[in-house]
Amino acid sequence: MMAALHCVIHRDLLLAVRRSSDVLTVLLFFVIVVSLFPLGVGPDPALLRTIAPGVIWVAALLASMLALNRMFAADHADGTLEQMLLGVTPLGMTVAAKVLAHWLVSGLPLVLISPVLALQFDFSQEFLGTLMLSLFLGTPVLSLIGAIGAALTLGLRGAGALLSLLVLPLYVPVLIIGAGAAESAVSGLGGQAQLLLLGALLVLAGAFAPWAAAVALRISTE
Amino acid sequence: MEKISGIPSLEAVDLRCTRGERTLFDGLGFTLRGGELLRVGGANGSGKTSLLRIACGLLEPTAGEVRWAGENIRRLQEEFWRRLVYVGHANAIKEDLSAAENLHVACTLAGVRAQPAQIGEALARLGLAGCEKLPARVLSQGQRRRTALARLALSDAMPLWILDEPFAALDAAAIDCVQRLIAEHVSRGAAVILTTHLEARITAAATLRIDLEAN
Repeated sequence: MMAALHCVIHRDLLLAVRRSSDVLTVLLFFVIVVSLFPLGVGPDPALLRTIAPGVIWVAALLASMLALNRMFAADHADGTLEQMLLGVTPLGMTVAAKVLAHWLVSGLPLVLISPVLALQFDFSQEFLGTLMLSLFLGTPVLSLIGAIGAALTLGLRGAGALLSLLVLPLYVPVLIIGAGAAESAVSGLGGQAQLLLLGALLVLAGAFAPWAAAVALRISTE
Repeated sequence: MEKISGIPSLEAVDLRCTRGERTLFDGLGFTLRGGELLRVGGANGSGKTSLLRIACGLLEPTAGEVRWAGENIRRLQEEFWRRLVYVGHANAIKEDLSAAENLHVACTLAGVRAQPAQIGEALARLGLAGCEKLPARVLSQGQRRRTALARLALSDAMPLWILDEPFAALDAAAIDCVQRLIAEHVSRGAAVILTTHLEARITAAATLRIDLEAN
């Protein structure tokens, strides 16, 4: 079973490397959206410092939604998904492996580049760690929740719009808690409470979302 | 040739399949034992693929059930799937992976451990020697089909093969090769279900036939 999971992750990463434009699109979108804010809002350092966590989090959320469509669509189109459904590994595990691979190429790069972008906002370096940690815990939750939506809307016409409508309400708590972590760290309250909540959300989503997505996949491939 | 013995039977009981408003078939049943070949015939749109998808558990029948060793396959799930090879309409081939990588992924998902040497042999058997390293993007439709079917050469231990139009897009030599693979597998004592429009020359001890009527 581990061989199959390893194979799924390895295959998805290999495909991402060979088709790197898809990955770069998401990263570029994130960089561009975040970079446009200081230009649009104006050079007021105090204001920029205040909005930094919110802007970075909203951009990360939108970027992760941009990548959601791709999670199962290609495998569905070429028949690989059928083989996964008929595989020897429980489908929930296979989905978890796919979500992990998806996060590694579409979520982790956002986390890694966020400190560079935060500099544009004159964001205090002391709290960069909290901001990165909140993204590190939060973006996988977005991918996990998104997997359920992507599985439910698989093969539908106009899946993109429906998918956004489905997952956005579920993304909102993650956004509030995630952006709140860095904000309260800046204001001196410390971000631990929010980070712990994000951690709890991650554990919860990690335990249940893959199975929910697996059930949704079985339904939408019938 | 190693015989596979003690293969449970695959039973379909009173199957009905409704897609949208149309009933494709109703009251359909069969029993397939080891060493038997089931050929599903019928016009385009008569429900051949749906029947195969029901038989492998991808699609839930509107009524009736499919049993493996007397147990409903929808309950057996992985227990049943680890005995099954399903080659569908779609080839499950990734354009950006090479033929050998594609075959390796297909085998690993199905729980078949294949060494690189065996993968090379399987591809060579299907006439793809020299193409192992090429990305599937540059392969022709027939060569992609061959890559998907190369799995069969590595799945002799699987007691049930379900093949949807295996001969589509293949040339005469490849059709011959796949027919030999199927005949060998049936004589080994395994069960095979396939749909085809060709009058396949597969010598099997027992051949069952189901012809679906277009309606």
